[in-house]
Amino acid sequence: MRTLSILTVVTLVTAYALAFFYAPMDAVEGLRQKIFYLHVPLALVALGGFVAGGVLAIQHLRTRDRKWDLRSYVAIHMALIFGIGTLVTGSIWARAAWGHWWLWDEPLLVSFLIVFLLYACYQPLRFAIEDPERQARYASVFAIVAGVFVPINFAAVRFAQEHTHPRTLSSSHNLPGPAWLAFFVALAGMVLLYVTLCRYEIAAKNVRFAMRRLRRRLGEDVVAGRSAAPQ
Amino acid sequence: MRPTSALLRKELRLEWRSREVVPAMALFSVTTFVVFHFGLQKDTVDGSLAAGVLWVTLLFAAMLGANRLFVSDAQDGALEGVLLAPVDRTALFVAKAVAFFAFLALVEVVAVPAFYLLLLGPSAGDAVPGLLAVLVLADAGIAIVGALVSGMATQTRSRDLLVSLLGLPLLLPVIIGAARATTPLFALGGAGSLPGKWMAILGLYDLVFGLIAVAVFDFLLEE
Repeated sequence: MRTLSILTVVTLVTAYALAFFYAPMDAVEGLRQKIFYLHVPLALVALGGFVAGGVLAIQHLRTRDRKWDLRSYVAIHMALIFGIGTLVTGSIWARAAWGHWWLWDEPLLVSFLIVFLLYACYQPLRFAIEDPERQARYASVFAIVAGVFVPINFAAVRFAQEHTHPRTLSSSHNLPGPAWLAFFVALAGMVLLYVTLCRYEIAAKNVRFAMRRLRRRLGEDVVAGRSAAPQ
Repeated sequence: MRPTSALLRKELRLEWRSREVVPAMALFSVTTFVVFHFGLQKDTVDGSLAAGVLWVTLLFAAMLGANRLFVSDAQDGALEGVLLAPVDRTALFVAKAVAFFAFLALVEVVAVPAFYLLLLGPSAGDAVPGLLAVLVLADAGIAIVGALVSGMATQTRSRDLLVSLLGLPLLLPVIIGAARATTPLFALGGAGSLPGKWMAILGLYDLVFGLIAVAVFDFLLEE
């Protein structure tokens, strides 16, 4: 875990050093284009995290091993946090580039908001179910359905805009080589950050479970409060 | 097939005897049209506005119905009774979804004429066959996702909240497709042709979520 953490920090620092000093300044957008190296990796990792949560949930339903539920929960939880980052950076970029905080004719922005709103129901759903076993089962069903929903939603929203508006984010299609390099390093750094944070959260949860077990064994009356997280 | 049809008969008979859900959904739809009339401050609507008003109303009415879909099963251990029978759980889901589809169709028998009468501008009557096709495809999607979400939310403590919270984002592709497909039908000065692309997307949505729902519904009913 220590190696992973160090690797994450090094990759991220390299990525943003590359983005600022090595990648050329965008001819049209100038300095504000630099947010591309933060926003796009955040979005990709968040979406990947949502889908990964669904895949882990399939594992949970197949094996009935609760550790998969914990992993699925953490994957979605962390993806939600990355999702907030994506929406905030996206809004800032939209404001800087197009003068509006929000644009309905940008399919990526809109689809991402829909996906985010759907996953925002994940924690309330878990919280509304008291029985831990059932909570895990229902959360997995949700994660699978929502994981399938992600690509379908993107396709539907993309089609809806196809004729009304040209692709605005075309700057990503004709990036020069150094910019691509910086982008891929940033993406790798973001994936590493996601994995590292997920592993920290899983470790923290496991430590808490172990603590609770030990205190029970010592005869203490430990009551686990209601929680959206796996118990 | 026999358990499915038996369960479906049970659903329909229950609704026929209590007459609880469908009349409420129909009344809600008509009232919502009146609300739209005042909210939009328009006497008639057409084009994309008409499509939006119709589909938002139908979607919210469907959420109302989805809330009640599993209520009778939660009472008096009725669901346990069904689960004790040596029947595939998929049959229960199919029966629920088909019953919900029938409820939606019944509601639309009232709501769509009311929409034509109260709000729709002078558009041609030849929109009806196209509209029927869109209604069938969209209702199938709403019925599938509605039954799944209702089954998911029914065992939780905040049932009515979760059905809408989960159902609305999941059904957004249906609303996008249905609204896009019906917009040319309600165009001022004669109905345009039905956009095949949107029908294909609605059909694809129904297919994918139908398969997914059948695959995961079993897991909601284990005890």
